[in-house]
Amino acid sequence: MLVQQILFVIILAATGYVVWRRARGIARNIRMGQGELQTDRPGERLRNMLLVAFGQKKMFKRPWPAILHFFVYIGFLVINIEILEFIVDGIAGTHRIFAPYLGGLYPVLMNIFEFLAVAVLASCAIFLLRRNVAKVRRFWSREMTAWPRLDANLILTAEILLMIAILTMNAADQWLQVRTPEKYPASGTLFFSSMLMPLFNEMSTAALVVTERVAWWFHILGILGFAIYITYSKHLHIVLAFPNTYFAPLKPRGQMKNIEVVTNEVRAMLGLGDAPQTGAPGRFGAKDVNDLSRISLLSAYACTECGRCTDECPANITGKALSPRKIMMDTRDRMEDISRSLAKGGPGLDDGKSLFGDYITREEINACTACQACVEACPVMINPLEIILDIRRYIAMEESGAPAAWNAMFQNIENNFAPWKFPPSDRFNWANEGSRTQ
Amino acid sequence: MAELAAQGRSPEVLFWVGCAGSFDDRSKRVTRAFVKILQSLKIDFAVLGTEEACTGDPARRAGNEFLFQVQAINNIQVLNGYNIKRMVTTCPHCFNTIKNEYPQLGGNYAVEHHSTFLQRLIDEGRIVLKEGGTFKGRRITYHDSCYLGRVNGVYEAPRAVLAALDADLVEMKRSRAKGLCCGAGGAQMFKEPEPGKKDINVERTDEALNTNADTIAVACPFCMTMMRDGVKAREKESEVAVKDIAELIAERQGL
Ligand code: SF4
Ligand code: SF4
Repeated sequence: MLVQQILFVIILAATGYVVWRRARGIARNIRMGQGELQTDRPGERLRNMLLVAFGQKKMFKRPWPAILHFFVYIGFLVINIEILEFIVDGIAGTHRIFAPYLGGLYPVLMNIFEFLAVAVLASCAIFLLRRNVAKVRRFWSREMTAWPRLDANLILTAEILLMIAILTMNAADQWLQVRTPEKYPASGTLFFSSMLMPLFNEMSTAALVVTERVAWWFHILGILGFAIYITYSKHLHIVLAFPNTYFAPLKPRGQMKNIEVVTNEVRAMLGLGDAPQTGAPGRFGAKDVNDLSRISLLSAYACTECGRCTDECPANITGKALSPRKIMMDTRDRMEDISRSLAKGGPGLDDGKSLFGDYITREEINACTACQACVEACPVMINPLEIILDIRRYIAMEESGAPAAWNAMFQNIENNFAPWKFPPSDRFNWANEGSRTQ
Repeated sequence: MAELAAQGRSPEVLFWVGCAGSFDDRSKRVTRAFVKILQSLKIDFAVLGTEEACTGDPARRAGNEFLFQVQAINNIQVLNGYNIKRMVTTCPHCFNTIKNEYPQLGGNYAVEHHSTFLQRLIDEGRIVLKEGGTFKGRRITYHDSCYLGRVNGVYEAPRAVLAALDADLVEMKRSRAKGLCCGAGGAQMFKEPEPGKKDINVERTDEALNTNADTIAVACPFCMTMMRDGVKAREKESEVAVKDIAELIAERQGL
């Protein structure tokens, strides 16, 4: 037992260290962004977090996947309470340490865990079928290359295996409770796993002990492995959906963020204010991830790659290159590439590449209608449009690279105060036209 | 507006016409229809006339923040100069910019889109539409404008206005929060679409045509252009009309 205990503590500590390092790297990447995460109006923020992240409010716009996802989510949250017992047992070398303390409550809890385990198992199986057999469109679009697809399938399969491990462990345990009750405290009858008991009927007690241990180790190692894995995966949303909904901007949806420097400059130009303070104004708009706001970067890590945004995007629906999900995925990929470069002693941000140009193309940026369907659709309050508009600002103001038709439109507004080439003196002509007017 | 100001008067409400409403031939008809409604109800309103200028929305959404701010700050100077408090506009983009973006630059006005304005006039009984009438048996489908609906949450007012017409209202599959864009937003109105399989306005028009409506109702000058182009592309101009909600009210009232 002692060997197992020492091994367990070492693995636990190592996992903790790796996860901590990853978390630090991700936090550093997010801090590359501009401005602070906003914390004003905490009440509203808390409400958003509770309703949207915890309550999954926006998921329920599509009820079927929402219900299945809800099982996986609740199952995951609740079964993790059992992990607490795993960890205490693992360190102390005990077996089901909570059973004697919780008395009659223990079997109730265990049965709830098992029910959820079965629900998770079934949901994950259906999800796998939906993705791979029914081939739901949004899981097969262009940005869903080999890795994102594998990522999703890996997690679903891992969840299924972990749940099977729990049920196996409980089934073996219930036999052991019958055969050596002095070592295995009674857990009461567990509805689902007791159905598996006949499978282990023939096994010797020694084999049962091994089976129970193997399932126990498989489950806990799986969970610890999962903790490391998610930091590289879209499954990070199970953690970051919470801060992302909390820090999501509360400004009106239709308001683009103001660039103060420009306001000052324009006011000075029109003789309405003091001349702007000298000093480099920095870059207008965004060329690379460090020009984006921190909330955009946090969002990129919180993105679930569910593709609900892309599914509703008019540009994507009609075959344009733009996909709002890809905007978020590219932003995360760029940050991760920077991390990897730095870890190898490379140049990081200054590697000669940039988010706009090497990851996101002009064609994608130019295709957006700013319709906000993506913003409305996202279940974790991500705003892909913000990144698109930041890049447009870079293109128009730093590169003067807007499409020719837009440059003509700019010129018309500048000279005629209208986006078309009509003289401003004609602006009131509508009143005198039309036979039935006046 | 300048004339009123010269007389030392200020109107109850300023009608912000918008560039499309001022220059686009089709949208000018919407402007005139709305004005007729206002005049028939003896509402005390004014327009800026040649003093109005683009709100800057297309420039901002195309990335030109500098040009947007020049437009916005100039407009705010004019509006504040006339001490304007209340505004109404037939353009959701102007509405959004004035409502959500001008306050940051010192322009604070109670601005309304004409859909909520008309709805209130109907609710207050100032616009009276008699039972039956010419719209009985007509089928109307309403196309949500992104900047009115999804962005500013106005879904019901235009529908309430249409419901008062006593026609059959039919919904498209994608409506309200899920309404599909007409394809003009984000300054797309002012350039050719990027390469793709289909034009967005045609995709949306097909959806509207599938409802078998004889009228596609819109509440935005850009949606108007896009949907009309879509109907033309499908060669249905003789069967299906694209109308602004203000035009439909004016028509029903025989104005
Ligand atoms: S705002 Fe742009 S990216 Fe988002 S759904 Fe609309 S067109 Fe697509
Ligand atoms: S941005 Fe939101 S809707 Fe789009 S893929 Fe990510 S989580 Fe899903």
